[in-house]
Amino acid sequence: MTANDFLSIVPLFILTSTAILIMFSISVKRNHKVIYAITLASLLADFVYLMVYMRGTSHSIEPLFIIDGLGVFYIGLILITSLIVAMMSYAYFEQREERKEEYYILLILGTLGASTLVISKHFVSLFLGLEILSVALYSMIAYQRKRERSDEAGIKYLILAAFSSAFLLFGMALVYLVTGTMAFEGIARHLTANDGLSFMLFAGLGLMIVGVGFKLSLVPFHMWAADVYEGAPVPVTAFIATVSKGGVVGLLIRFFVTLNGHQYPTLVLIFTVIAITSMFTGNILALRQNNVKRLLAYSSIAHMGYLLVAFIAGNALGTEAVTFYLVSYFITTLGAFGILAMLSDTEHDAEATEDYRGLFWRRPWTAATFTAMLLSLAGIPLTAGFVGKFYIIAAGVNMQEWLLVVMLAVNSVIGLYYYIRIIAIMFEQQTKAETSNTRLNPAIYIVSSVTLAILTVSLIWLGVFPSGLMGIIKSLL
Amino acid sequence: MMLPLLILWLMAGGIIAWLAEKVNASLSKWIAFLALAAAFGMTLAWWMQMNTSGGLNVWLMQYDTPWIPDFGIHFHLALDGLSLLMLTLTMFLGLAAVLTSWHEIEYRVGFFYFNILWVLAGITGVFLTMDLFLFYFFWEVMLIPMFFLIIIWGHENRRYAAYKFFIFTQASGLLMLLAIVGLYFVHGIASGTYTFDYFQLLNTQFSPQTGRLLMLGFLAAFIVKLPVVPFHSWLPDAHSEAPTAGSVILAGLLLKTGAYGLIRFVIPLFPVAAAEFAPWGMALGVLGILYGAVLAFAQTDLKRLVAYTSVSHMGFVMLGVFAFNSLALQGVVMQMITHGISTGALFILAGSLYERIHTRDINRMGGFWTQVPFMGTIGMVFAMASLGLPGLGNFVAEFLTLLGAWKATHILTILAAVGLVAATAYSLRIVQKVFLGRSEQKFTLPDLSFREKMILVPLVIVIVWLGVYPQPVMNTVKEVITLTLNPTDIKPTTPRISDKDIQKGGTHDRK
Repeated sequence: MTANDFLSIVPLFILTSTAILIMFSISVKRNHKVIYAITLASLLADFVYLMVYMRGTSHSIEPLFIIDGLGVFYIGLILITSLIVAMMSYAYFEQREERKEEYYILLILGTLGASTLVISKHFVSLFLGLEILSVALYSMIAYQRKRERSDEAGIKYLILAAFSSAFLLFGMALVYLVTGTMAFEGIARHLTANDGLSFMLFAGLGLMIVGVGFKLSLVPFHMWAADVYEGAPVPVTAFIATVSKGGVVGLLIRFFVTLNGHQYPTLVLIFTVIAITSMFTGNILALRQNNVKRLLAYSSIAHMGYLLVAFIAGNALGTEAVTFYLVSYFITTLGAFGILAMLSDTEHDAEATEDYRGLFWRRPWTAATFTAMLLSLAGIPLTAGFVGKFYIIAAGVNMQEWLLVVMLAVNSVIGLYYYIRIIAIMFEQQTKAETSNTRLNPAIYIVSSVTLAILTVSLIWLGVFPSGLMGIIKSLL
Repeated sequence: MMLPLLILWLMAGGIIAWLAEKVNASLSKWIAFLALAAAFGMTLAWWMQMNTSGGLNVWLMQYDTPWIPDFGIHFHLALDGLSLLMLTLTMFLGLAAVLTSWHEIEYRVGFFYFNILWVLAGITGVFLTMDLFLFYFFWEVMLIPMFFLIIIWGHENRRYAAYKFFIFTQASGLLMLLAIVGLYFVHGIASGTYTFDYFQLLNTQFSPQTGRLLMLGFLAAFIVKLPVVPFHSWLPDAHSEAPTAGSVILAGLLLKTGAYGLIRFVIPLFPVAAAEFAPWGMALGVLGILYGAVLAFAQTDLKRLVAYTSVSHMGFVMLGVFAFNSLALQGVVMQMITHGISTGALFILAGSLYERIHTRDINRMGGFWTQVPFMGTIGMVFAMASLGLPGLGNFVAEFLTLLGAWKATHILTILAAVGLVAATAYSLRIVQKVFLGRSEQKFTLPDLSFREKMILVPLVIVIVWLGVYPQPVMNTVKEVITLTLNPTDIKPTTPRISDKDIQKGGTHDRK
C-alpha cells in the first residue's frame, strides 16, 4: 500500500478508528455526552478532510476500490447525513432507558459500510461494504429490544436481508462463472468482447438486482419497509431511509455505468417495470395510511421508483438527476424524521396522524417545517423536491421515456393526496386541550431545532437557487 | 427592476402582516390593505404612463437575470398591455378581497392575510413571467396559499373542496410541466440553444404530431383552470366552500390565469396545432356556456349558483380565443376583466348575506329588498351585468366575442347567443329569490355598512365605466392582440418605460 493509497482512503480509516475509540471509551466509562461528542467530532472531521483534501481525487486501489468524483461526493453526502442522524439521536435516546452508547458504534459502522459501497469496484469490496452496513443495521433496528415491535422489525430485517444477501452472492457467483472475474471493469470487458448477455450472465445480474432492490425497498422486494420503519427507533429509520439507500444507489450507478448496462434492453425493461410498480405500489399503499412512519415508508418506496426513472435515462444528465434528487430526498427525509423524533416522548413515537392534529396552532415552527418537508416530498416549487423532480423529468424527457415520465406525473398526483392530508390535519383546529409534553434539557432541544432549521433552510435554498449544487455535481461526476 | 420588486413587495407584505398578528390582529389587516393599495397605485401609474406613449412596441418593462443557468432558466419578467390590465385587476380585486374579510375572518388573522398576499404575488408572477419554467413555478406557488385559504377558513365541506381543487390543478399542471420540458428539448435539439425563454421558444419548428401533443399539455392546465366543461367539477366545490375573499380571488383572478395562458402561450407557441383544435375548442366553449347556465339555474346554494355562472361565462373565453380574430380576442380580454368584477361582486354580496343570515340557501331567502334597499340595488346591477345588459361591461365583452365568433362559425355562435337567454333566466332568478318575493323566515338585516359600500360602489362604477366607455381597455391590448395572432412578430424589444421614468412617475413609498 503506497502513501497515496493510504491518503485516499483516510475517510474510511477515520470511521474505523472512531468505532474503536468509542468502544474503548465505553469500557472506561459510560457517558452518553462524551460518546456523542466523539461521534459528532469525528464525522465532522472526516467530512472536512474530504472537502479540503479530496476534491478532484481520482485514484484506484487495485483491485478493490476506486476513489473518484462520484465516490467522494457520495461519501461526503453519507457522512453529512450520518452527522445529522447522530445529532437527532442524542435527544431521542437520552429520554429512553436502555444503554445508549453502543448505538453510536453501530452508527459509525453503518456509515463505514455505506462509504465502502460507493467506492467499490469489485464484488468483494461490494459485499464487504454491504455486510458491514447490514450487520450494523440489524442491531440498530432492534436496539430498543424491550419495546414492542422493535424485535419484530429487527428479526424481519435480519431474515430478509440475509436472504437477499444470499441472492446477491449467488448472482455474483453466476457472473463470476461466466466472466471469470469479479472486477466491474473485467465484467464490462467480457460483455463488450462477447456482445450481449448470455442466459447465465443474465440470471446472475437478475439475482443481483434482487439483492440491490431489497436494500432500496423497490417493489417486489419492499415487504419489509413499512414494518421496519415502524418498529425501528426514529433516528435509525432515518438512517435506513437515507444512508443505507444512498450507498446502494451510488454503487448501482457505478456498476451500471461501468457495465454500460443501458444498452441491454432486457435490463432496462426490468428496471422500467420495477420503477413503475414501485411508484404505484408505494403511493397506493400510502393513501389510506394513518401511521406517519408507515406512510413515509411507502412514500420512500415510491420515491425510489422516481429515482429509477432518472437512473434508467442513464446518460450524464440522468446521473446528475439521480444525485440531485438523492440530495433533496435526504434533506427532506431527515427533516421529516427529525420532526418525528422531536415530537416523540419517552413512551411513544409521534407516529399516529392524530398526534399532528392542530400542530400548526400549538407549535407553528415545527409544523411549518414539517409542511415544507411534505411539500418537498410532493414536489411543490420553492422546495428542493421540486427541482429534483424537474431534473428527473428533464432526464426522462431527454431520453424520450414518455411512458415513465407520464407514470411519474400520475404518481405525483396520487402522492399529493396523502401529503396534503397530513398538512390539512396539522392545520385543523385543535379539539383537545394542549398536552404539555415535558421538555428535555433546553440545550438538547436547541440542538434539534438548529438541525431542523438548517435542513429547512437548505431545502428552500436548493429550491430557489439550485445552480450551486448542480455545478458541484456536474464538476464531480 | 420594478417588476420583481412588485412581487417581492407583496410577499414581504404578507410576511409582515403575519408577524404583525403578534402585536395586534387588526394591524395585519391594515398592512395587507396598505401593501395592496400601494401596489394598485403602482399599476395605475404604469397604465397612465403607458397611455402617453404608443407604437407597436408592446413591452413596457422588462427584467431579465439568469436564475439556473445550467438549464437556461432565466428570471425573466416583462410587462405588456395585457399583463398590465391583469395586474390592475389583480390589485383591485385584491383590495376588495381584503376589505371584505375585514370582519369575516376572526381567527388566525395574520396567517390569513399572509395567504391572501402570497396568492396575489403568485398570480402577479404568472401574469408577468416570460420564462416557461418560471411560469410553472408561479403557477404552483399560487396554489398552496389558496389551498390554505380554503382548508382553514372555508365552510363545512372545506376539506373535500380543498383536496379536489389542489389535485385537479396539480394534475393538469404536471401535464403542462411535461409539455414545457418537451418543448425545451425539442427547441434545444433543433436550434442548439437550450432555453426556457418565451421569445426564443416562439417559432420553434416541430412536426404536427409533436406540436399537437405539446399543445395538449399546455391546454390541459389552462382548460382545467378556466374551467372548461367537463373539467370544471372542482370549481363549484372550491368556490362555494372558500371564504368570501377566497371565492373572489378564485373567480376573479385564478380563472383568468387560465384564459391568460391560452392567449399568451397556447396560441403564439402552437399556432398550427391551436388552429387545428379551434373547432373543438369553440364547441367546448359553447358546451360550457349552455351547461353552466342550466346548472346555475338549478342551484339553491347562492355561492354555488354564482360558481356555475362562472363556468358559463368562461365558455365565452374559450369560444373567443379559438375564434382566432382580433375582435373576439378583444371580447375575451373584456370578458376576463368584467367577469372578474361582476362575479367578484356577486360573491361579496353572497358573503355579506351569509354574514347576516348564516345561510346560503336561496329558498330560505326572499323579500330582502325592503330591509336592505342599497344591497338590493347593487345586487340588481350585478345580476344585470351577469345577464349582459347593454350599458354594463359584460355586454361589451360578450357582444364582441359573439361578433368575432360569427366570423369563424355560425352555428356555434347562435348556440352561444342562446346561452345569453339562459343567463337572463338565472340572473333574474337570483334577484327574484333573494331580494323580491315574500319572506318566509324572519330575518332582520342591517343594510350595507360603510365598509361594504366602499367595496361595492367602486365595483359598480368600474362595471358601468367599462360598459359605457371601454375604449381605454381596448387601446391597451390592441397591439398585444395583433401580435398574438401573428406570433412571428413577437420580439423582446426595448421596453418603453425605463426604470428612470418609473421613479419619477409612480411613488412606491414604504409605510
